[in-house]
This record gives sequence, structure tokens and C-alpha cells, in this order.
Amino acid sequence: MTQAEKEIRFQEKIDREIKIEPNDWMPDEYRQTLVRQISQHAHSEIVGMLPEGNWITRAPNLRRKAVLLAKVQDEAGHGLYLYSAVETLGTSREQTIDDLHSGKAKYSSIFNYPALTWADIGTIGWLVDGAAIMNQVALCRTSYGPYARAMVKICKEESFHQRQGYESLMKLCSGTPQQKAMAQDAMNRFWWPALMMFGPSDADSTHSDQSIKWKIKRFTNDELRQSFVDATVAQAEILGLTIPDPNLKWNEARGHYDFSEINWEEFWQVVKGNGPCNKERLAARVKAKEEGAWVREAATAFAKKRAMKKSA
Amino acid sequence: MQESALFEYVLRLSDDSLILAQRLGEWCGHGPILEEDIALTNISLDLIGQAISLYDFAADLEGKGRNHDQLAYLRYENEYKNVLLVEQPNGDFAMTILRQFFFDAFRLPLYEALMQSPEEQLAAIAAKSVKETRYHLKHTSEWVIRMGDGTEESHQRAQAAIDHLWRYTHELFYEDAHDQSLQAAGKVPSMAEIQAKWMATVTSILQEATLEIPKNNWKFDGGREGRHSEHMGYILSDLQYMQRAYPNMEW
Repeated sequence: MTQAEKEIRFQEKIDREIKIEPNDWMPDEYRQTLVRQISQHAHSEIVGMLPEGNWITRAPNLRRKAVLLAKVQDEAGHGLYLYSAVETLGTSREQTIDDLHSGKAKYSSIFNYPALTWADIGTIGWLVDGAAIMNQVALCRTSYGPYARAMVKICKEESFHQRQGYESLMKLCSGTPQQKAMAQDAMNRFWWPALMMFGPSDADSTHSDQSIKWKIKRFTNDELRQSFVDATVAQAEILGLTIPDPNLKWNEARGHYDFSEINWEEFWQVVKGNGPCNKERLAARVKAKEEGAWVREAATAFAKKRAMKKSA
Repeated sequence: MQESALFEYVLRLSDDSLILAQRLGEWCGHGPILEEDIALTNISLDLIGQAISLYDFAADLEGKGRNHDQLAYLRYENEYKNVLLVEQPNGDFAMTILRQFFFDAFRLPLYEALMQSPEEQLAAIAAKSVKETRYHLKHTSEWVIRMGDGTEESHQRAQAAIDHLWRYTHELFYEDAHDQSLQAAGKVPSMAEIQAKWMATVTSILQEATLEIPKNNWKFDGGREGRHSEHMGYILSDLQYMQRAYPNMEW
């Protein structure tokens, strides 16, 4: 079979909604796109543990502390499945992590913003996990089997995260004026970065068309961003929080909310490494890897010794 | 007298759980491998769960209308009765695992004995916690063996952690008049019995790990009487930050 025939057959499978599995033939570019996208997603889970993890010791009561621990632990678990999904495409966890540390691989820019107050933890759950779910629900039907299956499990846990975030904000918004102000401040800081999570606008997105044809992506960045805004406005109203956008307005003709243009300069600056916490986040991951090297070596050495004893 | 002795006893168990959980929570996002990040936060989560049940019980015994959060968050440093061992800094992974191992090897036989206590609530908490603690001990024992019998570096780090932490282990078996009155009433086990079991576990695991029990037997204590190390104030600064900065609010 020629390369062209293989590609035609591959696209037919995609068009007929047959999942692509690890041992199936796939174009190199499809493989690379998946490795890039899934590893970026895995890194986001892992780097995302840092801003929230930094509040575990300061959580305001024991129940909140337990919920936050459970949530951050879920994220580590998501990182694990996703690194495993990348391994099915022939790239090891080690390699994937090295690409993060060298700056070659990216992660969601939202985690380069600091978590400054307790309200940020609720807001991250509500807006950031909420935005992530918009993307991820669509990914449950993505064309690559292992990725789609990982997403089904991840989505269930993410929707719990979003609910607990919202519930935590409900408490603040029905609390004292200080608590309400804390929630509004978090909203003001996280709203725009949350909208940026959907990536560049369709006009500037380099990977979109091909990804949609391959059904890796089902919706464009702008479509998902619009769905998120449409879903979130009512939730903010219930909380009594103001969305920091004077141009946010229901557009009857479009059947959607209109909203202001995103500050794309800030978006690209943060992507390029100039966000408030890019350096700290990466440094924390590199430090964990370096300081843990002796632990991983010990585990490997011990496993070898035991295997030798067994075979002796 | 018995009520206040039991309150004191349960408070010690609660504080040990809380402060150790607080320390383990610091590892989140910084573990040497992802699987250990999950394991350490999981142990922390179990300990928080135990602390909630234990503080609730302590609050009932006290009968002053305080709840678990008020006990956990709103006491002064010298009112916390945890052992010094659990407040020691995480150090490297070996230090964290050895601290946890010494603690688990103590907690398991203690919970096993408390399951037989005629104090029903205490026995029920022990029965629930014993399963978690058995898993924690299995996990930390495996790592002690892996580090001890792994590489030269891991062996040295594990031995250094043992040498450092050994001085804090004796306090696990602290007893005073409260304990003695509860023991006389048959409600709690004698610490000598728990210590013997602890020593048996520690000896056998360290032996398998090719690690040594330190010869220096100098002992540190004070935690059970509310005299803590310098680390404790910083732990409480983090723990209590929200409750102190925003008093009387619901979260």
C-alpha cells in the first residue's frame, strides 16, 4: 500500500468515527500533534498542582483542606493517565517531562498566574476547571482511542472540581463583605486568563484546521470560548459577582453573549515565558525532578537486586 | 477526672494526625515521582479524616460546644499536644519517609489495641483508621527497605534520617497520670506494650533494609506537655492564617 493509500484509508476511518488505536497506522503528523497536545495537557495537570497545592497548608478549615488535598491528588492522577496515553504513541514519560523542563513543551498559561487568596482556590475550580471541561468534554470523542478514554474519566473528576469550586465561592458570596470582596477580586484577576485558556483566536491558530479534519478537535477555540462565556454569565449572576467586562452583553441576533477582545499581547507574553509565575512554576518542577533523582535511582537499583535474587 | 483524661488522650491522637498531615501536605507538587506525590497527599488526606473524627469526639468529651475546626485551628501553641516527631521538617524524601515509618509503626499497634476499648466511639474510630494505617505502614516499610538496600546514596540518606529522628521516637510512648488512670480503667493499652510492638517492627524492617538502630539514645520530648520545637510556630502560622486573619467566618 502506498503512503497516499494509507492516508486515504486512515481518513476514512476517522470519517466513519472509528477510533485510532496505538498499533494502527497513522500519519507522522497526526502522531506528533497528539504527542504535543496530550503532553501539554499532562503538563498542565502537573504544573496546575502548584498554585493550588500552595494553599493546602493554609486552607481555612479541615473540610476544605481535605477537599483540596483530594482535588490536587486527582490532578496528579490525571497527569499519570495522560503521560501513559503519550507513551502509547512511543514517547516515554521521561522524555515528555524533559521537554517540559527544557521549555520545548508548553502547559496551560493559566497556571502562570498566582493564587493569592483563598477565593482564588474556589475561582480556579469554577472558572479554570470550568473552561477545561468545555475543552475536555469535546475530547471524550476525540479520534485517538487512549486519549478519548482517559478523558472520560478525567471529565467526571473535573466536573466534581468545578462544583466544589463553585460551592466554595457560594459560601464566600453569602458571607461577610470581606469574603464577597475577596471573591470579586479573584474574579477580576482570573476572568481574562480563563478566556485565554481556549488558545489563540481561530484566525491565528496554527493547528486548528488539520486537527478538526482528523477529529482530534471537534470545535474551534473561538467556538469553545463562546460556549464558556454563555454558560458562565448566569453562574456569575447567581453568585452576585460582576464579570470584569463592560462590553459583555447578550446579542439576540447571534444568540450568544458579545464580549471584549482579549488582550492578545498579554496572552503571547505569558506563552513566551513572561507571565507572573512562569519561572517559579518551571523551577519547582525542575527542582522536584533533580532532588528526586536519587529516589528513582534507588528504586531502580533495588528492583534489579530483587530480580537477580529471584532468578538466582 | 476520667472524662478530662480521655479528652486529653484523644486530643493527643488528633494533634499528632493534624500536624503530620500538615507536614505531608507541603509535599504536594514536589514529590520525587508522581506516584509518590499521590501517595504522600493520600496519607495526608487519611490523617485529616482521622483528625476530624478524633476532634469531634474530643469536642463531645469536653462538652464546651467547640467543634473540630475550633479545636484544630484556634488554640495556642502550648495547647497542642502532638509529639515533636510529627512537627519535624520534611527534609529530603528519606527524612519524610522515616518520620512517617516511625509514626505508622507506633500508630498501627495503638489503633489495634484501641479497637478493643470499651469506649465505643474511640474503638470505632480506631477500627476505621487501622485499615488506613496498615496501608501507610506497608508503604513506608517498603520505601525504607528500598532506600536502605538501594544505592549507596539512598542508604546513607536513610541512615542519616534514622540517626536524626531517633531522638524523637521515645516520646511516642510518653505516659502521665491521664494515661495511667485510663489504663487502670482498662480503656487504653499500656505504652510499654505498644513500644514492644513498635520495636519489633522497626528492628525487623531496618534489618531487612540493612540499616542500623542508632547507639545514641539521647531523648527529646516536651510535645505531649505543650513544649514544642521552633518549627511549631511556623506550622501554626500557616494552619491558622485564615482563621486568625478573618475571625468568625464560615468557609
